[in-house]
Amino acid sequence: MSYTIKQISIFAENKPGRLAAIADALEEERINIYAFSIAEASGFGIIRALVSDPDKAHRKLTELGYVVSFTDVIGVKMRDEPGGLRDIARIMGSADINIEYAYAYSAKTEAVLVVRVDQVDDAIKALQEHGGQLIKEKELA
Amino acid sequence: MTCWDPRTEDMSKAELQAIQYKHLKTLVYKLYSFSRFYHDRMKEANVHPDDIRSLEDIVKLPFMYKKDLRDNYPDKMFMGGQEELVRYHVSSGTTGKPTVVGYTQNDLNNWATSVARALTSIGLGRKDIIQISYGYGLFTGGLGLHYGAERIGATVVPASVGNTERQIELIQDLKVTAICCTPSYMLHLAETSERMGVDISRDTMLRTAVLGAEPWSEGMRERIQEFTGVNAYDIYGTSELSGPLFTECIEQNGIHIWGDMAYVEVLDPETGEQLGPGERGELVVTMLQKEALPMIRYRIGDLTSYDDSTCACGRSHTRISRITGRVDDMLIIRGINVFPSQVEHALLAVPELGEHFQIEVNRKGSLDTMLVRVEMNPTAFSDKIDDLMSLKRRVSRVLHSMLNISAEIELVGPGTLARSEGKAQRVIDRRSI
Ligand SMILES: [Zn+2]
Repeated sequence: MSYTIKQISIFAENKPGRLAAIADALEEERINIYAFSIAEASGFGIIRALVSDPDKAHRKLTELGYVVSFTDVIGVKMRDEPGGLRDIARIMGSADINIEYAYAYSAKTEAVLVVRVDQVDDAIKALQEHGGQLIKEKELA
Repeated sequence: MTCWDPRTEDMSKAELQAIQYKHLKTLVYKLYSFSRFYHDRMKEANVHPDDIRSLEDIVKLPFMYKKDLRDNYPDKMFMGGQEELVRYHVSSGTTGKPTVVGYTQNDLNNWATSVARALTSIGLGRKDIIQISYGYGLFTGGLGLHYGAERIGATVVPASVGNTERQIELIQDLKVTAICCTPSYMLHLAETSERMGVDISRDTMLRTAVLGAEPWSEGMRERIQEFTGVNAYDIYGTSELSGPLFTECIEQNGIHIWGDMAYVEVLDPETGEQLGPGERGELVVTMLQKEALPMIRYRIGDLTSYDDSTCACGRSHTRISRITGRVDDMLIIRGINVFPSQVEHALLAVPELGEHFQIEVNRKGSLDTMLVRVEMNPTAFSDKIDDLMSLKRRVSRVLHSMLNISAEIELVGPGTLARSEGKAQRVIDRRSI
């Protein structure tokens, strides 16, 4: 049933080379990065990523001294045409679900919007009721 | 209250002041007549023993500094001959020359009496088994507590420092009820016993810890008490004053300075003016009865405040608050005195933060800016920008309410700030460049 996807979030100071160092560390462990986004604020940033083995990634990065946490997100397939994103935002809006943040990436066949909401189960229900197509963790690759 | 020395400990403020004045007067005459060093100091300050006509006149007397002890190494400031001396202690001194302190038999007696009163005031006595985990030897910590603990008839375990696992075994096997050590050693002991599967509150009789010889905070006390179930008391003293001398009483609300032995002042470190009760400044101590190495208006350099109201325990001996830093550490930012220890104290109140931080002071145009970098507690990491921004704002507010100065906050990951000997470099002042 589970449509929740385990995302890893990494705290990063705004220092050059941070992202590269993280990517190298994951590569060393043969962990694939499917999607990522960087959110920046004054003085710090948060790197969010969907990876092939979140537990292993968490372990590795923690060992290296990074602050890492897991966050449940959902992935919604977007129609690859104008309005795809708007549809999803509308469904969430009418169900009173606040989107904390979202980022898109291109999976093999279609674009996927990764969404972080507070009420994950409600969001999944609302999307399903309105014809939204969710993807599962194992479909990320 | 239980007192070691009820007659003195029960004295009213007025009685104490009368005794203090009597001792001070004698001390000044004695030094003027017999101490080359202090005689010259008084001449320079143009003050004669006859000018001291009340306790308040103490402000007329010149200060003594740590530097004086170094300049007069090893024993040029001592009074009396070697025949009078029964012991030396030597402090290594973090900068340059060591300092040597000598003791007459009376000095040792008074030292032990002071510690005996202190230990009694936190409820220790003949039924207690006290492990002394301060270093024995040239350092005053071990022997100072040792003689005080023996004086009250407690059973002493002179464990000294090191071999923590053995120390924990001793605590269990000898049914130790109290320990004297540094606060950081206490934490180390707690962590080690946890690793050994020993629960201090369940598996030992340890209920009291007398902690000092390094600055610690109220937050650290809470952590130690919660972690180990012991009551932790602050102890104060430096080798120049004899060694560890004074502790908090059972109320844990300030360190009682025995008025018949010492007279304390708290001064503005900049101007040298006396501050009032509750105002934070530099501790200055006059030892009223010391013989071998008298100390008058000695500027120790520790920061504290005093409270001369009667304590809830009933004693009217003045209390000083826990030492919150050193005068040398003071930063002046936009005309406001800022002590790294205050910043530490403020940050400890925010659970999302770790214990390491760094203050960076810069100058933009004519304006000083203060940046506080602080390591986040990994468990507090939220992946929402808003949460972290509001954490920053909260830290900034806490600092502002404590320091009355606005600081920029930078959150960094744990272990990011460079450490030396386990501590992060706390202050970077870029203004001089
Ligand atoms: Zn008291």
